[in-house]
Amino acid sequence: MLDDFFIRALLAGLGIAFVTGPLGCFVIWRRLSYFGDTLAHSALLGVTLAYTLEFNIALSVFIISSLIALILIQLQKRTNLPGDALLGLLAHSSLAVGLVVIGFLTFIRFDIMGLLFGDILAVTADDLLIIWIGGPLMLLILKLIWKPLFASTVNYELAEAEGLNPDRAKAIFTILMAGIIAISIKMVGLLLITGMLIIPAAMARNISSSPQSMVICSVLGGLLSVILGLFTSLQFNTSSGPSIIAASLFLFILSLVKIKQSIKLKN
Amino acid sequence: MSLNQNILVKLKQAGFRINGKWLVKGVSLQIEKGKIVTLIGPNGSGKSTTAKIALGIYKKIDGEVEKYTNKVGYVPQKISIDWTLPLRVNDFMVLTENLKDEAINEALSLTGVIHLKDKNLGDLSGGEFQRVLLARAISKKPDLLVLDEPVQGVDFTGEIALYELIKKISDELNCGILLISHDLHTVMSATDHVVCLNGHVCCSGSPSDVAKNNEYKALFGEQASQTLTRYKHSHDHIHTSEGEIKKN
Repeated sequence: MLDDFFIRALLAGLGIAFVTGPLGCFVIWRRLSYFGDTLAHSALLGVTLAYTLEFNIALSVFIISSLIALILIQLQKRTNLPGDALLGLLAHSSLAVGLVVIGFLTFIRFDIMGLLFGDILAVTADDLLIIWIGGPLMLLILKLIWKPLFASTVNYELAEAEGLNPDRAKAIFTILMAGIIAISIKMVGLLLITGMLIIPAAMARNISSSPQSMVICSVLGGLLSVILGLFTSLQFNTSSGPSIIAASLFLFILSLVKIKQSIKLKN
Repeated sequence: MSLNQNILVKLKQAGFRINGKWLVKGVSLQIEKGKIVTLIGPNGSGKSTTAKIALGIYKKIDGEVEKYTNKVGYVPQKISIDWTLPLRVNDFMVLTENLKDEAINEALSLTGVIHLKDKNLGDLSGGEFQRVLLARAISKKPDLLVLDEPVQGVDFTGEIALYELIKKISDELNCGILLISHDLHTVMSATDHVVCLNGHVCCSGSPSDVAKNNEYKALFGEQASQTLTRYKHSHDHIHTSEGEIKKN
């Protein structure tokens, strides 16, 4: 029953879930879900460039997403437009440019659905290598910047006053966001990456009382979503991304039931 | 290092402006080990801004700031914490530095909130939260403490106890304290050096010097004559440790 491609997809998904767990918590805490979306939309441009220049997809997506993040920071400094307008501007224009470029690439047969929603068949041994080297590396970096990043998430001025250099931590975190999008795009698809980041973390928020326990629950929720989602995907021949996200939604709903119970117990 | 090894922070003609509007201008002061410097002045006179300049939160400033320590504890005047974060008092205590459990317990006991250690930060009252903020700032045994109205929202008896605690900390840890306070009574009794701000330094010196200063009298006389009276009143008696009033 377990074909080789399925094992690859499972390993890739689990590797991604270990990283989206803690990153997703920060996306929720720092209110960055639209920022994640913007980076993910820009990933399409990265993919098309990778095809055009016959370049590694993950690396290309990583570069384009980082670039978009840099442009966003510059625009925030130089214009008076509100943050959400700038995010929308960048998200949709990079998506549009990506689609236009695809239009020109008539010589390549594109699996748009796979790009948008993920394709477990597409995971290669090389992708696994990138995920399982890049993933632990990103976790290590996150662990190193945890203190300043978390402190500045709670209160920027406290972190700055007590010498933690929150600006550097924020910049590194932005690069990590570009990184996770780069390694998970094939698996989850660019329209659903933010879901993979925030839904397990949102589920975790419902059942945890400390930041550490939220991170652990978020990772476990992500791993479980990947396993559930991929088996469903195999069984019913559905796209991998939507199946994983639907599984995480299922877990989120379960976590709501738990809240209701604990409220009843309190009363 | 500075010539004077005791100096922790030195502001030289420091000022800060946003969009061309000065929040505070031409402030010179220094904070030394074991000394308490207090900033007083009306609302909008630049007290918090001066504290943030000293802390290095504002970077594009006029003038100079020389900071000789990185062991800083800060109690901000306003703190907006996003309550979507699952954060207990215990997690908040180790926010900027990893501390041993004993150090956390000690600081929380000193400010009288040890019983709240496992509570969610969002469930605390304003006064309780203020005590936790102060505990967090002192728990890391800093060289420099910056306290921006540290007892706001604390009950009356607690207020007196906390100010006594601040004085004690300054002596025991030999740390420098930059205090912002509206309570002139406290300012006059516990402070080594007072800086009176009104967009600029209006006067500074020892508490008794400042009290005699005409600019100070004008500033506080016009804006809050009651406060001045209260201050004058405060000097015709002292409070014993039992809380009794003793005439001078």
